Amino acid sequence: MFIYEKKLQYPVRVSNKDVRMAKAVLTQYGGPDGELSASMNYLTQRFSMPLNELKAILTDIGTEELGHMEMVATLFKKLIKGATKDELIAAGMGGYFADHETCPFLVDAEGEHWDSKYTQAKGDPIADLYNDMAAEQKARATYENLIALTDDPLVKDTLRWLREREIIHFQRFGEGLRLYEEYCNSKRYF
Amino acid sequence: MVNYNITNQRLNRQQEMLLEIQKLQFAAYDLALFLDTHPNDPVALYRHKMYTDRLRQVKDEYEKEFGPMTVFSHEFGDNWRYINGPWPWEH
Repeated sequence: MFIYEKKLQYPVRVSNKDVRMAKAVLTQYGGPDGELSASMNYLTQRFSMPLNELKAILTDIGTEELGHMEMVATLFKKLIKGATKDELIAAGMGGYFADHETCPFLVDAEGEHWDSKYTQAKGDPIADLYNDMAAEQKARATYENLIALTDDPLVKDTLRWLREREIIHFQRFGEGLRLYEEYCNSKRYF
Repeated sequence: MVNYNITNQRLNRQQEMLLEIQKLQFAAYDLALFLDTHPNDPVALYRHKMYTDRLRQVKDEYEKEFGPMTVFSHEFGDNWRYINGPWPWEH
C-alpha cells in the first residue's frame, strides 16, 4: 500500500510570482516526460519484473516520482499565487483559468491533457528498463529547459534538485539492467 | 552539498525540524535506492542504519510537538493535529 507523509521531499521556494513559468513547469506534472508518466511507468512495470532488485527499484523510484509531482504542483501554486486577470491572459492561461482556476492539472506546457500513451509497460525487462532510462534522460532534458526559462535562483534551486534525481534514477536503472543481463547470461549455463 | 535553506531566512522551530527530517530522510532514501541494486554493500547498509536511527528520533520529536505526519503515527495530543496547516504546499 501507499502511505502519505505530510512533507515535501525537498523544499520548494520562489522569489516572485511568475505566471509564464507556472505554465511551463506544469509539463513536469502532466506532460509526456513528466513525473506522473514516470511514476505510472515504473509502478506498472514492476509487476512483470523477474528479479527482486528490479521489483524494489521500480517500486521505490515510482513512489518517489509521486513525491516529485507534489513538489512540481507546489512550485506551480507558488508561481501563480496572486496572479491578476491581465497576467493570466498575457501568459496564455485565460483558457486554463476558465477550466481549472489556479489548481494544478495534468497537462503539458501547452495545455495538452495527460494520456496513458505517455507510459510503456512491455512486460519485457530489457525493453522496459531501456524505456525507463530514456524516460529519465528526457525528464532531465526537460528540467534543463525549464532552468533555462527562469532567472529566479530559488526556482532554479528546486529544478536543479529535481534534475539531479533524474540522473540518480538513470544510474539505478542502468544497474538494474546490468543485473538482469547477468541473470540471463547465468541461466544459459544451467 | 545541497543547501536546504538557500534563502537563509530565519526558520521557526517547526520549519527547522522539518528541514532536519528532510535531510535525514533524503540521505536514508538515497542509500535505500543504492541498496536496492547493491543489497550486500556493507558500507551503504551501515550508513542506512545510522540515518534511519537518527531519523526515527527526530521524527518522534517532531510528531510529539506538531502532530502526526502520517495516519499511522501516534497522536500524542488530545485532538487530531494531522489536519493542521500549513500543509506541505503552503509552507
